[in-house]
Amino acid sequence: MKYDDVTTVGRPATAPDGAPVSPDQGARYYQRFSVPQRFLHGFLAVTFLGLAITGLTLRFSAEGWATTLAHGVGGFGTILFFHLFSAVVLTIAFLIHVANLVYRIVARKEYGLVWGTNSMVPNLKDIQDFIAQIKWFFWRGPKPKFDRYAYWDKVDYWAVFWGMAIIGLSGYAMWFAPFFARFIPGSLLNVALLIHGEEAILAVGFIFTIHFFNTHLRPDNFPMDMVIFNGRQSEEELKERHPEEYKRLVESGQLEKLRVEAPPRWLQNFGRVFGTTAIVVGFIFLSLMIVAFVKE
Amino acid sequence: MNWSVLAALAFAFALDVPAASPPKSAECLTCHDDKGAAFQSSVHGSFSCTDCHTAIKGYPHPENQAKVKCDTCHNDPVSGVKASVHATASAQPCQGCHGDAHGILPASDPKSSTYASNLPRTCGGCHGDAKFAKQHKISEVYSMYMDSIHGFALTKDGLLVAASCSSCHGSHKILSKRDPASRTNRANIAETCGKCHAGPNRDYQAGIHGQGMATGDARAPVCTNCHTSHQIADVRTASWQMKTTATCGSCHGEQLKTYHDTFHAQVSALGYIETARCWDCHGFHDIRPANDQKSTIAKANLEATCGKCHSGVTKSFVSYQPHADRHNRQDYPILWASSIFMNMLLASVLGFFALHTLLWLMRSLSDRRKGRPAEGEI
Repeated sequence: MKYDDVTTVGRPATAPDGAPVSPDQGARYYQRFSVPQRFLHGFLAVTFLGLAITGLTLRFSAEGWATTLAHGVGGFGTILFFHLFSAVVLTIAFLIHVANLVYRIVARKEYGLVWGTNSMVPNLKDIQDFIAQIKWFFWRGPKPKFDRYAYWDKVDYWAVFWGMAIIGLSGYAMWFAPFFARFIPGSLLNVALLIHGEEAILAVGFIFTIHFFNTHLRPDNFPMDMVIFNGRQSEEELKERHPEEYKRLVESGQLEKLRVEAPPRWLQNFGRVFGTTAIVVGFIFLSLMIVAFVKE
Repeated sequence: MNWSVLAALAFAFALDVPAASPPKSAECLTCHDDKGAAFQSSVHGSFSCTDCHTAIKGYPHPENQAKVKCDTCHNDPVSGVKASVHATASAQPCQGCHGDAHGILPASDPKSSTYASNLPRTCGGCHGDAKFAKQHKISEVYSMYMDSIHGFALTKDGLLVAASCSSCHGSHKILSKRDPASRTNRANIAETCGKCHAGPNRDYQAGIHGQGMATGDARAPVCTNCHTSHQIADVRTASWQMKTTATCGSCHGEQLKTYHDTFHAQVSALGYIETARCWDCHGFHDIRPANDQKSTIAKANLEATCGKCHSGVTKSFVSYQPHADRHNRQDYPILWASSIFMNMLLASVLGFFALHTLLWLMRSLSDRRKGRPAEGEI
């Protein structure tokens, strides 16, 4: 087994011969995500949870749990306040991300962000990987060799982009309805609420099931992938999950430049608590949402 | 005093007693002294006993006397009671409300059982008794009334103009609400309430509900349909405002359903008072249809109506549909199409990835069960 104890909770890592190994020992760690990237994910996670909790409360306001929650936090005003507050924080984080991308591409001419192995832009290899993955599901081929970002990573990334655009725009249109009504007919505000709610249900359904599974809960990563919290992955993980990237880094001699120390224990614990909380809260509201949705 | 004079007087008395003139009250009190004090200060205090107990001509008088007839003087009230729901209430219907016959006080006396602020308790003697209510198949209205805005105003604040039982039901000729002549009959409610609430009544008569009533539409609501009859609440309270949507919705079910799909409804369901409820847009007493120029929801007035809450309202803004129905293709084609599109998007995206995830899970679990194959192995 190739598990590294650092990325798993509650299951002792074992060496290939089956003997247990203590954490961090012998493993070489490489940087995958920078501190700003991890913070971006953190802000995204916190604000998304905030928006999901308050938004679902609004969307399913006829449900008992929604009124109980609203009364519990001091009334509806609090729910709407936190919804808008989270929205603003998320918008700022999103704009900083976009501004940073534009700066790096335009001013620093990092065209690798636009196209190539380090880019989030889908390419032919993603389609090939996807087909290969489907074949692998049915024992019809080997597991595809992913580069830095697998196709589902890109789906996750662009889903947020799409969601931000759709949910964000429709949300701000409702928040500043009279202002937006100068440019769009007021009847589109009806559409705005519909799209806002449905798209949000899609986002919540996607993040709390597909994203949680793809990156954290699937058997290879269970119970969670710590890389987004500590920013590092072991050599084993890098080799197994991103073989193409590993090969490329070794061949170009860039790998050692990414070498970092093993993640400190506090960071591991922080990541576990943060991740577990997000997943538990996510699942609670996912179940509430599904029940309410089916009842409708 | 000369004894002969005394004897003459005694003789005169002896002669006088069995004669036509009835005994003086003072003489009655020789035996019936328990009635004296209350009677003296009662509304009837200036009368003598025999003004009412007309059958008593002298002393001694027979044990069982004919009942006092109040209608000798109070003809209208008594005939009213005889025609009312209380006609068979008791052998002494007057005393049921006016209290002890010898101590009856005028209704203007604060100690009177029929004084405005004492009246609820008087009526509540029967109408506050759950067993009585059940037996007569009527509501136990006393506690409802006491918690109402009328009850509070009258009995807590001592506001004597506040509606007491008799303000709406009348006092003597109280009729069942099923009786067309009753003040509380559906047809007469607006007039009854309008005696005090003249403004709302005027508005109501002008509105679609009042017009419906006037043209005999059986579905048109009267005051009590929305405000209830006894539990009438202060309309400025949050608890009342929270209930109004459901109240309107009990008739306007379709509109309630479509309202529920909007942001206004979502926030109001969570207990937010400062959001548009039915009457914020439609008004309340003079609710008019959209094709009425005076209606709050007439096209020309929408900017003013929406502008009550929203600042910077424009013509475009008021094309918002507060009752949009996403299932209604005819009236809301864009919303309908968006709904179909979103449903398809949700189903396809979630369905696709659910399948993807499931297949992945199965393959991964299978690998783990078999023991992990080497890298790149099938």
